[in-house]
Amino acid sequence: MSWLRRFASFWWDFVIGDDWRLAIGGAIALGATGFFAHRGAAAWWITPVVVLTLLVATLVRVKPRGS
Amino acid sequence: MVEALTIVLAVALTRGWHSVRYGIGAALLALAAVVALLGPALTLLPLATLRVIVGFLLLSFGLQWLRKAILRSAGYLPMHDEAKIFEREVAETRAHAAAQGSMDWYAFTLSFKGVFLEGLEVAFVVVTFGAAHDDFALMIGAALAALIVVTIVGVIVHRPLSRVPENTMKFGVGLMLTTFGTFWGSEGAGATWPGGDAAILVILLAYTAIAFGLVAWLRGRLPSAELALGEAA
Repeated sequence: MSWLRRFASFWWDFVIGDDWRLAIGGAIALGATGFFAHRGAAAWWITPVVVLTLLVATLVRVKPRGS
Repeated sequence: MVEALTIVLAVALTRGWHSVRYGIGAALLALAAVVALLGPALTLLPLATLRVIVGFLLLSFGLQWLRKAILRSAGYLPMHDEAKIFEREVAETRAHAAAQGSMDWYAFTLSFKGVFLEGLEVAFVVVTFGAAHDDFALMIGAALAALIVVTIVGVIVHRPLSRVPENTMKFGVGLMLTTFGTFWGSEGAGATWPGGDAAILVILLAYTAIAFGLVAWLRGRLPSAELALGEAA
């Protein structure tokens, strides 16, 4: 069982990485794009806006080293 | 690839090339198997589904790289110092007991892990870009060309490639992966980009401008002493 956990943990780290919010946010952005696009709305802007918001949000609270 | 070369050189120069060669060979075979299995499996999916999956993976992976590259450029994370990593690897390798018999399993495992784990990132990019563009030959060719260049340079200089501007390269790759992830993912989800493929360039420029803006803003928040330290590193 432990090798299975290690295997899952490796892939989690590899794909999701240090900040799971980036991966979840990316999935939500693409989901919202699909939702609105299939209802005929112009949805191309959703993912870039969410991506940039996520990037800023995950960097805003970062503290300098040693502080 | 640069990181893999650092590990391989550190192990090989300390414990000899014999087992390291087997480690590299086994890792390259394992990476080829990953590409050979994942690539065709992905192409079985409908194009729209494939683009959403590939888009998500590229976004997730690209954003991680970009975030780290921004933090490094701004001085919040230490720059990747290949020379320091090389020294640490050499010290750790020396501290380990000498090999018994013809096969040095410690050297084998270390070189296998170094090449496989670092190469997995490259394999991942090859598989996702190859599947989304339906051109595996071109992506594999490009990855092999990069591998050959790094190997040749490594053989010639016989020391870690500490002068390669690794963070700048990762910054660029993070921007590209995030851009393609945004474009393909949105298109697969059903969005239509104004201007078609030309939108890729606009997204890339917008992300680049915001990323540089974030670096400048983060640097502005650093105490001046720390900033000077980061620049000197």
